[in-house]
Amino acid sequence: MPFILRRVGFYLVAAWVALTVNFFIPRAMPGNAVQSIMGKFPNLQPSAYHALEAMLGVGHPGSIWNQYGSYLVDVFHLNFGTDVSQYPASVSTLLGETIPWTLTLVGTATVIAFLVGTALGIVAGWRHGGALDRVLPGLMFLQAIPYFFFALILVELFAAKLHVFPLGQGYAQGLIPGWHWDFISSAVYHSLLPALTIVLTSIAGWMLQMRNVMITTIGEDYVIAAQAKGLPSRRVIFTYAARNALLPQLQGFGLALGFVVSGALVMEIVFSYPGIGLLLLNAVTSNDYPLMQAIFLVITFAVLLANVVVDLIIVFADPRARAREATR
Amino acid sequence: MSANPDQAPTPVTVSPPAPSPDPVLTIRDLSVVYRTPGGDVRAVDKVNLDLAAGEVIGLAGESGSGKSTLVYGACRLLRAPALITSGSVRYSGRRLLEGANPADVLKMRPDELQRLRWREIAIVFQSAMNALNPVLNVRDQLLDVIHAHLRCPRDEARERAASLLDLVGIPRSRLRSYPHELSGGMRQRVMIAMALAAEPEVVIMDEPTTALDVVVQRDILAQIVELKEQLGFSILFITHDLSLLLELADRIAVMYSGQLLEIGTAGEIHHEASHPYTKGLLNSFPSLRGPRRELEGIPGSPPDLRNPPPGCPFLPRCGYGTAACEEVDMHLLPVATSKDPQHVTACPFVLPETPIPEPLAARREDRA
Amino acid sequence: MTAVLPISAEPAALPQEDIQPGRWRRMPPKAKVGAVLLGLFVLTAIIGPLVTPYDPSYQNPSPDLSLHAPYGAHLLGTTQSGQDVLSQLLVGIRLTLELAFLVGVVATALSVIVGVTAAFLGGAWDELLSLLTNVFLVIPALPLLIVLLGYLQTKGQTATIVVLSVLGWPWGARVIRAQTLAIRNRDFIAAAEETGEKTWRILAFEIVPNEVSLIAASFVNTVLYAIGASVALAFIGVTNLNSWSLGTMLYWAQSQQALQLGAWWWFVPPGLAVALIGAGLVLLNTGIDELGNPRLRDATSASRIAGRWLRPADPTPVLAEVSQRRGRLAGFLHSFSRSSLLDETQRGQH
Repeated sequence: MPFILRRVGFYLVAAWVALTVNFFIPRAMPGNAVQSIMGKFPNLQPSAYHALEAMLGVGHPGSIWNQYGSYLVDVFHLNFGTDVSQYPASVSTLLGETIPWTLTLVGTATVIAFLVGTALGIVAGWRHGGALDRVLPGLMFLQAIPYFFFALILVELFAAKLHVFPLGQGYAQGLIPGWHWDFISSAVYHSLLPALTIVLTSIAGWMLQMRNVMITTIGEDYVIAAQAKGLPSRRVIFTYAARNALLPQLQGFGLALGFVVSGALVMEIVFSYPGIGLLLLNAVTSNDYPLMQAIFLVITFAVLLANVVVDLIIVFADPRARAREATR
Repeated sequence: MSANPDQAPTPVTVSPPAPSPDPVLTIRDLSVVYRTPGGDVRAVDKVNLDLAAGEVIGLAGESGSGKSTLVYGACRLLRAPALITSGSVRYSGRRLLEGANPADVLKMRPDELQRLRWREIAIVFQSAMNALNPVLNVRDQLLDVIHAHLRCPRDEARERAASLLDLVGIPRSRLRSYPHELSGGMRQRVMIAMALAAEPEVVIMDEPTTALDVVVQRDILAQIVELKEQLGFSILFITHDLSLLLELADRIAVMYSGQLLEIGTAGEIHHEASHPYTKGLLNSFPSLRGPRRELEGIPGSPPDLRNPPPGCPFLPRCGYGTAACEEVDMHLLPVATSKDPQHVTACPFVLPETPIPEPLAARREDRA
Repeated sequence: MTAVLPISAEPAALPQEDIQPGRWRRMPPKAKVGAVLLGLFVLTAIIGPLVTPYDPSYQNPSPDLSLHAPYGAHLLGTTQSGQDVLSQLLVGIRLTLELAFLVGVVATALSVIVGVTAAFLGGAWDELLSLLTNVFLVIPALPLLIVLLGYLQTKGQTATIVVLSVLGWPWGARVIRAQTLAIRNRDFIAAAEETGEKTWRILAFEIVPNEVSLIAASFVNTVLYAIGASVALAFIGVTNLNSWSLGTMLYWAQSQQALQLGAWWWFVPPGLAVALIGAGLVLLNTGIDELGNPRLRDATSASRIAGRWLRPADPTPVLAEVSQRRGRLAGFLHSFSRSSLLDETQRGQH
């Protein structure tokens, strides 16, 4: 299966680029980052100072290739160093605590938004010129709203004013995390509004894109041929039009994933949701470079991995992709 | 008839032609426009055509002449911004003829259309690569058609699909192939097999061999003829290649700028072509045998269909044209000097034996 | 950040001869709404900072003017520290638009250069540039932006523009490369090359003019991305907090708990401004898109020909049936449209 190997190869290259960029950024930036960090956190041990220096490439602790090598080894072992703002916690621990929250929330909401949006897009494309077209301007407006602003509005409406949902947090105060019903139900309840925000803002984009792809696909010869053959409408819409339209739609999904995840992260801040977003905010406020860079890597890897999954689905769905080399 | 182009020529012929016996498809006065922001584009203008049972009619014309629009419009397969502005398309296939009146396709409801399509009128599209669903294999696409129109149990349907491939000479192992895995010729044969799946009365072929090389073309055409003899359907064959039709078709209709200019049997068109445009077409390709001669071609280009000029659309490019041609009403009338009353033309002035007007003849002599 | 998705998946068709009415008239109404909306904001951006009632940074020490709801003297209320929200908004619109516009220009220029070069040079160069483009497309931009700007915090506006542009060109480059490839294989380019026309001339005078609508769409999308990214970055607090951009306003609103304190006038106006600018851009883009992609455009007239009930996949409409189906009111209204005139002419000829 040459296609999928090529794609995986591409993602490996992308991962390598991300890693290398991540490695070189602190070394390329002007100013003395280490001093500023030390200034902010006077209670850091000297070992932390050395570790920071190593990370930021200051003070020449060995040749650059050595540094690069040990950097790669560290990343491979998921060792992102010691955290600065929440010293002495290690960055990986902090990430480990927050990733599951973000993953479940953003992952589930994005998939739901994609599925529902695509389904609506199929209908909108098939019935182009019909009633569904009237909501299009509204949808375009929705698509243009920043996720976090929409979150602010929804919280204002549903949490502050109407008290339907909680104001924020991942679960009710005072509950101890664990696998018991109280906690889980509270967690689900608290994730409803954030999930709703993600779904509502991103659904417009998926729907619009699927609609446009459907309209183009419906004009293709094989759809006209399918109608000429007198096939039942349902078959034409789904097996002839939608199945083919799904391929560019999926590709778009892969490409847009980076944006969607980023937007969701920022949105988490509004809800004080205990995910990576909040961690990111803290990292920025306290100039916690190790954490910021680690988050960048983790998010990038997650998005790349998701893209691999999407490509697998495409290979499964498109017989042409299985056969020949792809031109992407 | 005077050879002097300045003298107003006398129009010939009188009575309109008799309708062909036993027609399966009767197109009357069909007009199709494309409604664009800049105005209506008259792609097809009041066309009359009859197709008899078991007959092969060739529809010849340049690109943009409206031949595809005519045929797809008659089946109501054109997408926006097409609009059918007049006419009727009556279908009276043998399957329906138990006392029922021929139904007008243009007045049919969607469910009636669905029953008509493929079972009665099937289409072989121009580019098989584009007309086949890329994500379904051959068997599934054949089964789609079979299940849509014939009520048979699964195994019978599968056997039918396989025997359809046998019919067009494709190995059964190809049932599991996807369109992109087949060669051009094979794809076209699959299209033909698919068209015949529901045993239609009329098979429309839209330039089925244009994209193929000559050798494959020959094979496929031979196959088509054989199948037609075997199963007895009528064919409406669209192409820009007149030479092909001279061998293949029973009757040939020549189309230009949305209108029919001449209709006649293949023999008549070949030897007794009447309309100047047909003559020009015949002069545009060489014959395999016989002396070498200068290829004429037809200078100029087709008119703008948004604002068609009055009278005959071919006038600007016609060697015989005079001012009187602007008044012609383009009705098809029998050719006066022809033995066949079904041989009709839109040009009331020019006959098969009408000599070439002086300027054109002079140019030819110069070059000889 | 907003999800910016390419609206049409295939390259635009070449523009036809202008026998048809001019580009502005041909754009669908929603695109015109977008253009007007944008125009309003641009106007505000130009005039706004000159007419602010107060200095946006001025902190009114009076305690009852802290977080005051909108009223006469402060049309959009005040912030926690007594600053006038309206003034901040006016300045913010200009700053945000300025930034986004500059990023748009730089990034679009970059994407045109990369896209056209890759397509024109072909071979190994094309592979390399495409790889680069795709890699930067798939790597999520926001986290990288945060890291970069985190280190550059003292550098101000220019740094932000540079960084945003550096991560903003891949998307346009990909689309432009695809279109250039399609055009490159056309005969008139081969003809130009045959006659010995210099490469840069071919690029400048033959290829680029044919891609204008694509470049315009790409520019609009890049501006959209720039606005979304800059607002999100400011909201996180990683850009210069001393300048009053819309994102900065939202940052302060969030960190001062405006939501919990019920001060909606602080975060709604800037957010709404961002949303409206974004919406205007998206709407404008559909207009540009439909100009370039004939299928989208033709499809919009399917229902206009025969009324709302006609779908693109329905059988070709027949004139007699169409008129019959229209009710009396609809028929009366239809008689004012140009289509009805055409229908009359059709019938008159028979």
